[in-house]
Amino acid sequence: MSHIVVPQKTYIYIFLTLIGLTALTTGVAYVDLGPFNTVVALAIAFSKMLLVILFFMNVRNSSGLIRIIIVAAFFWFALLIAFTMSDYRTRTWTPAPDSWSSAPPTHP
Amino acid sequence: MSDAEAHLPEHHSGLAHQFEDLEQQQESDFLGIWLFLVTEIMFFGGLFAAYAIYRFFYFAAFEGGSHILDARLGAANTAVLLGSSLTMALSVRSAQTGNRRALVVFLIATLILGGAFLGVKAYEYNQKFVEHVVPGLDWAPEGEVLARLAPGGVQHAELYFIFYFAMTGLHAIHMVIGMGLLIWLAIRGRKGDFTPHYFAPVEVVGLYWHFVDIVWIFLFPLLYLIGGRY
Amino acid sequence: MSTATLEPRVHAPRNYLNADYGWKSWLFTLDHKRIALLYLVSITFFFIVGGSFAVLMRIQLVDPQGAIVQPETYNKLFTLHGVVMIFFFLIPSIPAVLGNFLVPLMVGARDLAFPKLNLLSWYIYIVGGLFTLYSTIAGGVDTGWTFYTPYSSTYSNTQVTAVAVGVFITGFSSILTGLNFIVTIHKMRAPGLTWFRMPLFLWAMYATSIIMVLGTPVLAITIFLLALEHLFHVGIFSPALGGDPLLFQHLFWFYSHPAVYIMILPAMGVVSEIIACFSRKRIFGYKIVAFSSVAIAVLGFLVWGHHMFVTGQSVYAGIIFSLLSFLVAIPSAIKVFNWTATLYKGSISFDAPMLYAMGFIGLFTMGGLTGLFLASLATDVHLNGTYFVVAHFHYIMVGGAVMGYLGGIHFWWPKISGRKYPNGWAALAAAIIFIGFNLTFFPQFVLGYLGMPRRYAFYPAEFQVLNVMSSAGATVLGVGYLIPLIYLFWSMRYGPIAEPNPWGATGLEWQTPSPPPTENFSKIPVVTEEAYAYAEQEAGHE
Ligand code: HEM
Ligand SMILES: [Cu+2]
Repeated sequence: MSHIVVPQKTYIYIFLTLIGLTALTTGVAYVDLGPFNTVVALAIAFSKMLLVILFFMNVRNSSGLIRIIIVAAFFWFALLIAFTMSDYRTRTWTPAPDSWSSAPPTHP
Repeated sequence: MSDAEAHLPEHHSGLAHQFEDLEQQQESDFLGIWLFLVTEIMFFGGLFAAYAIYRFFYFAAFEGGSHILDARLGAANTAVLLGSSLTMALSVRSAQTGNRRALVVFLIATLILGGAFLGVKAYEYNQKFVEHVVPGLDWAPEGEVLARLAPGGVQHAELYFIFYFAMTGLHAIHMVIGMGLLIWLAIRGRKGDFTPHYFAPVEVVGLYWHFVDIVWIFLFPLLYLIGGRY
Repeated sequence: MSTATLEPRVHAPRNYLNADYGWKSWLFTLDHKRIALLYLVSITFFFIVGGSFAVLMRIQLVDPQGAIVQPETYNKLFTLHGVVMIFFFLIPSIPAVLGNFLVPLMVGARDLAFPKLNLLSWYIYIVGGLFTLYSTIAGGVDTGWTFYTPYSSTYSNTQVTAVAVGVFITGFSSILTGLNFIVTIHKMRAPGLTWFRMPLFLWAMYATSIIMVLGTPVLAITIFLLALEHLFHVGIFSPALGGDPLLFQHLFWFYSHPAVYIMILPAMGVVSEIIACFSRKRIFGYKIVAFSSVAIAVLGFLVWGHHMFVTGQSVYAGIIFSLLSFLVAIPSAIKVFNWTATLYKGSISFDAPMLYAMGFIGLFTMGGLTGLFLASLATDVHLNGTYFVVAHFHYIMVGGAVMGYLGGIHFWWPKISGRKYPNGWAALAAAIIFIGFNLTFFPQFVLGYLGMPRRYAFYPAEFQVLNVMSSAGATVLGVGYLIPLIYLFWSMRYGPIAEPNPWGATGLEWQTPSPPPTENFSKIPVVTEEAYAYAEQEAGHE
């Protein structure tokens, strides 16, 4: 918790930047970047989030503990996705035995 | 510190008995709200993870579903919500400087912008009923809508709309709670409960509001802008 | 177990129990100690409810054809037993009762950081509990406590929604408790109480709270999605729409494996306190024990896939999850080694709390080692879904966590109630519980190894002997649990008055009267030495 008063101008500049980024991400969606559409959209969203966290939420002036907590939360979220994906992305590495794909085996 | 009346006598400083001093109390409040936001990150995180997996499997269907939404409307609504974050930040600043009038004005402005956002959202929800793309309640896409969904598989597009409603719905519930808190703050602010020494509630609600904004910052591209719109 | 029935002692000094009277003074209290007692009463209630389901199951299994109920009812019995015991007894047990009571005392503070949230957490817990009780009366649930889709979403026409809502709601009580503890431990430690002077119980509570805060929300959202699917018949986890039932399992176990550490870590913390006190020694390798709690909390998040080895989960993911499961056993083993090393050359006395702690070590070790059998991909193919799994987790959760909880209750009872209980009875109860427990659950290892599947109302006749043994053991165990209930209740009125520090233990909670005054300390204490300075204490006596 900081007692530093941030000038009003800063907030307004940040707001304008955020609006600009929103326009940008919407505009880019109308350009064909192939798979990079997703990457760009997420990168822009991520930068917008950083601006909100650092300036509007004033984490710039917060203690190290708060920063660690924020990073840890996102890290845990990443772990959730990464480990779950590790299943989905590798499920098909070993193809199912031939007998599974066709009709159920008849009883011996 | 323009508003001298806003200073309350020391004994009404809002210090709870379990704390030694205001600083300890403020630090605790602050840590508490951040930990709460951590739980929110994981709460939405589970939903985003499920979304990510299905989107990975059924990209075409998600793309088709996404193209039913009005991206421009989504963008405009994003701007409205960002505006509410700005006014929220300015509310905290006004509390910090002891400007009671500005505090109340900015809180009400935040409230109005939040309401506008929800209004647009309600219009969009209604649109989904018109188009019959509400899973579970009214799922019978036809005509042009059906044609857009068909390439990715209509069934899988239903999955997309489940996520659309679950994600935006939970987000909207958070907004409604936030707006309730804003009203409470505005009333307390008018009464002069907050001073440059004690405004933790404003700051805490502010953090919550910004967090809800951040969720939307991700929801917008993830729901409205899948796969480009060219 | 209402302590409100205590007679006002004529000249008794003011304490948190006699500070105020009447039900309002309890239901609207903000005092962490009173809230702890609210929790104590409520979780004891749920323990009895869950225990009754267990008794019915064990009666059923005396006969291979099933002694009393039909399979549909049996399915409901094991489901409700699991739900109640896990979400409404074991998860809140040590944190919400002993943690609530002790964390502020141990850090040397007047209360938790957020007393109102603390009371709110109890109400949330009760509301969640009411939903679950309602579902029981309204027909029960038969999905298993794991709520696997598509049973729970498509096929079950039992009270899935009510239970889901109950568990969802209770989750928030656990979140609030965790949040409160983290803030309290970070911000409200008494002067001089550095991190490495903290009792290991606090470290354990801290690690547990991390899991509560990071894990529980994922359970909440998972259950939310499940309820959506069940209510609106949309196919989030349903293959019919291309959904994946295994995704439910991933999300569920992302919380529920760490949740097993929510249950065991606090018990480890309790045991550390007891072992140090009753061997009059500093815990061997204090820092390592402290860090191992945090290591368990972190690593525990990365092993959930070991519950899914024989589902359609990718074998490559399985290999990684197996490897990590072996890793997480290391910090647990470290603790066992360090407790043992603490005992070495200690001047040990076997009061009742110590007996529970020793029971904990033995049973937890059994549970942990059999976990490794299950964490090996190949053996799990055979053991998965059998009674071996049931025995494994009961050794940990009942043999470990419940033993730890009872040990803690016995250790701090004089502080909580201001009275002493009869030590002889307590020792007898500990022995009966230990014997009854092993008689109940050891045969289940054998049953599982021989291939008896879990969650069935009938079984082949050749398994009868072992099942009867298990049911007999359950009777003994039940008696073992009843005895403390009786003498602890008795001691509240008739027990001898306890002095502030009856065990001669270190720790701030022992430096204030028993029971403590509402404000905990007349003056906030200053800490000048490490935790467990028993050697210094002895030296001081000479
Ligand atoms: C040494 C560390 C541990 C290892 C390596 C381990 C391993 C495992 C494995 C592999 C399973 C899955 C078995 C199967 O379904 O085939 C399992 C199940 C289980 N474990 Fe553990 N475990 C450990 C510690 C614990 C602890 C500390 C607890 C609780 C306090 C616990 C409670 C459970 C429960 C409740 C289940 C059964 C879940 C169900 O209902 O299916 N385990 N364990
Ligand atoms: Cu596990």
